[in-house]
Amino acid sequence: MKINSRSELVELRKSLSNKITLRESGATTDDTIEILIGMATCGIASGAKDTYNELITVIEDLNLTNVKVISVGCLGYCYMEPTVQVCIPGEEPLLYGKITKDKAFELIEKVIVERVYLSDNLLIRSFDKAGASNE
Amino acid sequence: MNSKYTLLVCDGASCKTTHKANLAAGFKKVIAEKKLGEFVSVVKTGCFGICGQGPIVKVLPDDLLYVSVKQTDIEEIVEEHIKNGNVVKRLLYTDPFTQEPVEKQKGKKIYQKQFRIALRNCGLINPEDITEYIAVRGYEALASVLADKTPIEVVELMKKSKLRGRGGGGFPTGLKWEFTAKQPGNEKYVICNADEGDPGAFMDRSVLEGDPHSVLEAMAIAGYAIGASQGYIYVRAEYPLAIHRLNIAMEQAREYGFLGKNIFSSGFDFDIDIRLGAGAFVCGEETALIHSMEGQRGEPTKKPPFPSVSGFRKKPTSVNNVETFANIPAIVLNGADWFASIGTENSKGTKVFALAGKINNIGLVEVPMGTTLREIIYDIGGGMVNNKEFKAVQSGGPSGGVIPKEHLDTPIDYESLKQIGSMMGSGGLIVLDEDDDIVQLAKFYLDFTQDESCGKCTPCRIGTKRMYEILDRLTKLEGSPDDLDILEDLAVNIKNSALCGLGQSAPNPVLSTMEYFKDEYEAYAYRKVKHTYSIITDKCIGCTKCARVCPVECISGSVKVPHVIDESLCIACGACYTACPVNAIEKP
Repeated sequence: MKINSRSELVELRKSLSNKITLRESGATTDDTIEILIGMATCGIASGAKDTYNELITVIEDLNLTNVKVISVGCLGYCYMEPTVQVCIPGEEPLLYGKITKDKAFELIEKVIVERVYLSDNLLIRSFDKAGASNE
Repeated sequence: MNSKYTLLVCDGASCKTTHKANLAAGFKKVIAEKKLGEFVSVVKTGCFGICGQGPIVKVLPDDLLYVSVKQTDIEEIVEEHIKNGNVVKRLLYTDPFTQEPVEKQKGKKIYQKQFRIALRNCGLINPEDITEYIAVRGYEALASVLADKTPIEVVELMKKSKLRGRGGGGFPTGLKWEFTAKQPGNEKYVICNADEGDPGAFMDRSVLEGDPHSVLEAMAIAGYAIGASQGYIYVRAEYPLAIHRLNIAMEQAREYGFLGKNIFSSGFDFDIDIRLGAGAFVCGEETALIHSMEGQRGEPTKKPPFPSVSGFRKKPTSVNNVETFANIPAIVLNGADWFASIGTENSKGTKVFALAGKINNIGLVEVPMGTTLREIIYDIGGGMVNNKEFKAVQSGGPSGGVIPKEHLDTPIDYESLKQIGSMMGSGGLIVLDEDDDIVQLAKFYLDFTQDESCGKCTPCRIGTKRMYEILDRLTKLEGSPDDLDILEDLAVNIKNSALCGLGQSAPNPVLSTMEYFKDEYEAYAYRKVKHTYSIITDKCIGCTKCARVCPVECISGSVKVPHVIDESLCIACGACYTACPVNAIEKP
């Protein structure tokens, strides 16, 4: 699908805006929950790939059809790898660290199903990001 | 009452329906009653995204949030905050982690100190899905320069933004583009230098793995500015995931028409190819990089001619670093003035640092230029491991130097780091504590550079080797006080006579450590140091941890029996000291 002009590109971006506002502030119009997992070399080396697979298994087992797992790049918190960002509509996105494979079930159960903090793994609130995306 | 206030009142669907509150009307009514209309305006705004605590009212310019605001709170907010300028503490947004009320939104930002431009999309978007990049205004910067700007205007924009090369040298990007653009001929090249070679640095890898499209977009913008239709990314083969994601990104960009012929129907053609490097440190030097790309040996040549005059295939070429490119779409979208408003007088924008060493929060951080080392180490980095004493921080990798305690409050920018004998480098920061041996550190870097020297010029090939030998001799307690003078002489001469950046900067780790920690060199030279570690037999519990971490296997002993270090083999690396759970190891 070739984009031929700036206006076509802007149209396309507007149709996609929901997914980013969910990740930046929690604002969205649908009920999809996203789990972003840092899958740069560093994250993978600390076991992010196993966590990723386990998260998908747990989500399928619990039949949580509105939860998506998305692999993203480095979140910057090397000391807490593997790191994930949980984006729940209407809530401020939260970052959790050291979510190894054996923590995956607990993360889904507590944070997504029961909606409580996983306080041992809580890392930081999503920070304000400057640049192109927040205008 | 000082200034004019604006109240942003949440008018999101969630707050409206759950709380059935029409706060905006309520505020307007109370403001009118108190005749404060000229000092405050009420604006309905969209969802703030913390609906659990709605309805939300944001007060500008104070930039603070009131949460769970009810009709009955309106009177108090107007009277106290607007009229008397006092914050209504009980309604303040509470930080869920610190459980403390947040007085200022912006304060929160400063508290966290990070400001992300180059890393703005890292960890936010799926790098293998171009639609996610488009959702964060991806390729709009390219679209807008092609539609609205001439190539000269793009160069002017870059010059105005005062962006400087993030690879370490700090050369103004706009000037580099201008020189390349002004060269005659219509065969020119854009090269992205992704040959990240400093030990411990991984900024560029993270950008390529997390946000490859921003680099591709910026390269196309550069191509348009300088008049090139072909770009190359020179990336080391040791970065397989980065290469994989770049390939996916390029394929998707071609599919959407962001690379290829007639981009955005503007008549501008641009495409990108990848060239793999074999991982030689010197190939990060731009002339060596170009030779390697041409299939020659990765050796530098004398400048001038600069690559902007005669570069790849002897054609004008602009070589820019990954992080530099990652800044460019944000600069185009937000304007040169926006970018130039961040940072210090001569160093604008932000810098990404790979924070490592004896620090609690090891990580990748991006801070505005002018942030002090103390802020990076203590506020962002979370301080020293085990609250040990800070000794120094090594910046700039094998080309940089150490920054001791007395310079912790230096605002970081290109000039200030040079002034204190280090350099920005590509952005590695290795934090050292009181247990670290400065001379061993210098030896490590010299070992690296003498190994990575391409061998073309004598000062670097032989000089760094001799420097390494002297350091080796000193640390083995076989040196003499004369060695210190020879070492310093050599260092100065190599710095002044080597052909390229690698050689000219190779002595920096020695020169800067000698300046600040001369006593440690002298201790070695006068053989005053005990060379090896030893085990205090009474304290040792025989847990075997030290024996397992010893890299030269010089620790012996059975389980639950005190261990012994063979001091003739010990290299004094300190691994056992760190590993011991009962402090049974004695330092040299």
